[in-house]
This record gives sequence, C-alpha cells and structure tokens, in this order.
Amino acid sequence: MKTRFFRGMSHGVPIALGYLSVSFGFGIMAVKSGLSAAAASAISATNLTSAGQAAGVSIIAAGGTLIEMILAQLTINLRYALMALSLSQKLDKSFTTPKRLIASYGITDEIFAVASAQPERLTPGYMYGMILVAFLGWVSGTILGAAAGELLPASVTNAMGIVLYGMFIAIIIPPSRKEKSVLTVVIIAALISILFKYLITVISGGFAIIISAVIASAAGALLFPVHDEEGDEV
Amino acid sequence: MSVAIYIAVMAAVTYLIRMIPFTFFRKKIKSRFFKSFLYYIPYAVLSAMTIPAIFYCTGSIPTAIAGTAAAVVLAYFNLPLIVVALAAAGTAFLTGLFM
Repeated sequence: MKTRFFRGMSHGVPIALGYLSVSFGFGIMAVKSGLSAAAASAISATNLTSAGQAAGVSIIAAGGTLIEMILAQLTINLRYALMALSLSQKLDKSFTTPKRLIASYGITDEIFAVASAQPERLTPGYMYGMILVAFLGWVSGTILGAAAGELLPASVTNAMGIVLYGMFIAIIIPPSRKEKSVLTVVIIAALISILFKYLITVISGGFAIIISAVIASAAGALLFPVHDEEGDEV
Repeated sequence: MSVAIYIAVMAAVTYLIRMIPFTFFRKKIKSRFFKSFLYYIPYAVLSAMTIPAIFYCTGSIPTAIAGTAAAVVLAYFNLPLIVVALAAAGTAFLTGLFM
C-alpha cells in the first residue's frame, strides 16, 4: 500500500507541475472576474478541472442561473464519465465501493491519461498518491495566482499555457508511433476537432471534444478491434 | 445569489459525472467492439483536446507552433512527460523573445 502510494505520488509530480501553471492562470482570472481568493481556491479544491472551472467563473461573474451552471458543467465535464468508465475496467479487486467514491473525485484528463497508460491494474493507494499530489499542485497554484496576481511577466505566463498540452502530446505520440491503429484514431479525432473549431462552431467546446472522441474511437474499434488478451488490459 | 451556492452546484455536478460510472459500473465488458472503443478513448480525447487548442494556448500562434514542434519531436524520441511539457513551454517562451 505504502510503496504504491509513493509510486502514485511520483507519477503525480509532472501533473502537479503542469497544474501549477494552469491553476495559477485560473487564480488570476477568477480574481479579475470579481471572486475572492478564498472562493477561487474553494472552486479549485472541489472541482479539480480546468475548462469547467473557467466556464463556472464566467457564469458566476455574469450572474447566470443555476440551470445554466448545471448544463455547462455537464457538457464540458461529460468526458470524465467516459474516462471513469474506461478506468472502471482496469481497477484492482481492492477497489471497494468507499474507495471508488473517494478516488472518483480525482479523475482528471491528466490523471486518467497517466493511469490508463499503466500496464498493471490500478490500486487505491496508487490513485490516492497521484490524486493527492495533483490536488496540491492545482490548489496551491490557484492560491498563488489569486494572491500574487500578475507578478510574473505575461511572456512567462503565456508560455506556460502550453505545459499541459505538451504533456498530452508526450502521452499520445509514443503509442501512435508504435501502433497504426492508435495513430489513425488520433488523426481522426484531431480532424473532427478542427472541423468543429472552424466550421461547426455552434457546438460548444466540451461537446465538440466528446463527439470527436466518440467518432474517432468508434472508427478505431471498427477498423482495428483489439485482441482479447489486449482487451483484458483495457 | 450567493457564490457558495454556485460553487456547491458546480462541485456536485462535476463529482457525480465522475463518481457514478466509476463506482457503479462493475460488469466486465464483454463486447469486443466496446472494449476496443474504450481502449482508444484516451488517445482520442487527448487528441481532440489538444488540436487545435494548443495553437491558441500561448496567446500567439507562432510561439505555440514552435512549442508544439518541440513537444512532438521530443515525444517522438520517448522523452519523459515532464521534459516534453517544459521544453514546449521553454521553446514557446524563447520564440516569444524574438517576436
């Protein structure tokens, strides 16, 4: 349990470093929108997500309705349901219901990506360790951003905007290089996402990601069904 | 309306979206199609989130392209996540100095 926890923590470090820069920006943005530093930190501590929080702050700032808030969070964060479903297939037997209730709080894009890249089954200790470190990065970045405001020059904060995407690329490229099937799925998803960005602009960003990912993965599943032994690892 | 109510609603919706499938889905998925689908989902989600958003994330398309190129090259050679991520930011920053 202990070694798994520490292993999870070490895998959480790059995630936390990436989060630090992104949540720093979120803290700055939330305070600019009129929220207190305490409110910004509370949002980060309870939501642990970037796009959903940014949308939430703009709804609060605009005095939007709760229905709007619910719909926005559902749309933007629905991808987590797919990720949770995918991870549920990979859980160790020691993952009992109370442990699932705790760990589900920490399913983010990055934690999902790192967890699903693990060759072995996921244990509660491993997930707790990774989530704890990522949480600390996310919340401390928000507090620093909200408190310190614009101490860093824009040239630095702008460049830091690419950190998380850089990490996504580092996750996608190596398997795409190895497997033609993954490469195909990655290209289809990117093409559909581009289509939504420039042509079908009525669809919001959160929905666009869901639709792109579902079509690309379904195409991958039809064209390149995984072998059974490989499927057991999913 | 109190900010606390907004935050509570946000947090509850986000948690339920993650918790319900993670906690209550216990069956082993048998369908080969669905297994394959779930195998590809992580790559598809990350790809759709990254492209084209990565080109707008630094506030300047040329610096973002430079950072993306650095990330792709380093990732191709299997460098660790954090190296790729920070090199992308470093490249975007340095490119910004020349603009």
